[in-house]
Amino acid sequence: MADAEKLALNAAPNGAPIIEVRDLHKRFGSLEVLKGIELEVRPSEVVCIIGPSGSGKSTLLRSMAFLEEYEDGEVLIEGRLLGYRQTPSGRRRDTDRNIDAVRNCIGMVFQQFNLWPHKTTLSNVTEALRVVQKMDRASAEKRAMENLEKVGMRSKAHEYPGQLSGGQQQRVAIARALAKQPRIMFFDEPTSALDPELVGEVLNVMQTLAKEGMTMVIVTHEMGFAARVADRVIFMDQGVVVEQGAPADLFETPRSNRLRQFLETWNERSSGDG
Amino acid sequence: MSFDFDLLVRFAPLLLSGFLITVVICFFAGIVAMIVGLIVSLGLLSKFALLRWLCRIYVEVMRGTPILIVLFLMYYGGPSFGLTLSAETVGIFGMGLYGGGYFAEIFRSGFQSIPIGQIEAARMLGIGKSAIIWRIRIPQMLTLILPPLTNQMILLVKESAVLSIITVAELTKNTTQMVNETFATLEPYLAAAILYWILIEGIALLGATIEKRVKH
Repeated sequence: MADAEKLALNAAPNGAPIIEVRDLHKRFGSLEVLKGIELEVRPSEVVCIIGPSGSGKSTLLRSMAFLEEYEDGEVLIEGRLLGYRQTPSGRRRDTDRNIDAVRNCIGMVFQQFNLWPHKTTLSNVTEALRVVQKMDRASAEKRAMENLEKVGMRSKAHEYPGQLSGGQQQRVAIARALAKQPRIMFFDEPTSALDPELVGEVLNVMQTLAKEGMTMVIVTHEMGFAARVADRVIFMDQGVVVEQGAPADLFETPRSNRLRQFLETWNERSSGDG
Repeated sequence: MSFDFDLLVRFAPLLLSGFLITVVICFFAGIVAMIVGLIVSLGLLSKFALLRWLCRIYVEVMRGTPILIVLFLMYYGGPSFGLTLSAETVGIFGMGLYGGGYFAEIFRSGFQSIPIGQIEAARMLGIGKSAIIWRIRIPQMLTLILPPLTNQMILLVKESAVLSIITVAELTKNTTQMVNETFATLEPYLAAAILYWILIEGIALLGATIEKRVKH
């Protein structure tokens, strides 16, 4: 894609949604954590989901990846229903193979990095290429190296995750997700487990991705990042989307009390830190 | 009190052949125990309740029964079911099935100490469930459980002394034979103790070496 096109997409994310969430419900036992979420994400759009802990934002993202098996509603990825198939007798959980096929276009980055500690940085990135895409070793390593280069981790290719800092591990995890060339990236609190001085390096990589036109859904507590990079910010509380809009509108002129309170608390805490 | 060294030289072939039988039987029993333990541990973690339940019963029965009773049941009780096995076969499979119950619990705890996030990351990359077991869970589980596994293997070697009771010509049996033929007690038992000690230290050393190599 040419730069101009990327910029155009980035500036005006329109066209058919790449992700659609319709009336999504998720319960843990008797506790309903998602109470009918509606959400659309367009190609190249960067959406940040914010909200207090326990608001259901991580559960929403995980349901959109079918890591949590939602009960009611729909998640459509590129128009295909994720996790279920229609049968004459109603909706049934889909096979793992079909689920993999639908979410093949999604790369996911987790709060805890989730690298495999018994494999080197390089093998962490090549693993899926070798096992799933059946690439030969040389091509897989070439692809892996390109992606490690992109996150600035090429020089650590032969080290083990245990030898890396949290920020470095998270960058490797991003390279691992990028290596299978996803069209959508999900980030579940990617910097929440990091020491403050390591947050920047991860956010920089994410910002670069956003500039390149990657479709991104990010659950985050980094308000500064959301304000700078997001096309749209979604504020969740108690299992519902309370408010959404362009970051400037949302942060400058919150309409709901709950968002105002949330932002105040956040402001107090961050000024307290400084 | 005197120590008759010549006696040991004379009976060295008998003791060493017993030692060799102990090593071979423990080796194969260890392999059987590993295979059984791995399968049962996966069963213990299965999402199918019936399978979980059957594997749980297996573990509880094996842990709740003295090894000697397991061996007696197989060796003397086996023929009632048309199962006539040599003492050595009973030794390998009896100890293997028995050890498998213990190994299963060790493997299970190893599997469970792998963070679920690692499995989720693999699933999100499209890696299938069997590849996850073989390439992500088992290698890490084996690293995590090496110390308890080494320990359990050592216990298995010590337990193997009871095979003498079902007439396997292993180290304890041959030592007893030497005692019976010579009326000496100190020399044979001391020699047996040293041979067991060498074998067990060997296993401990092997375990420690592997542990060092696989740790990052």
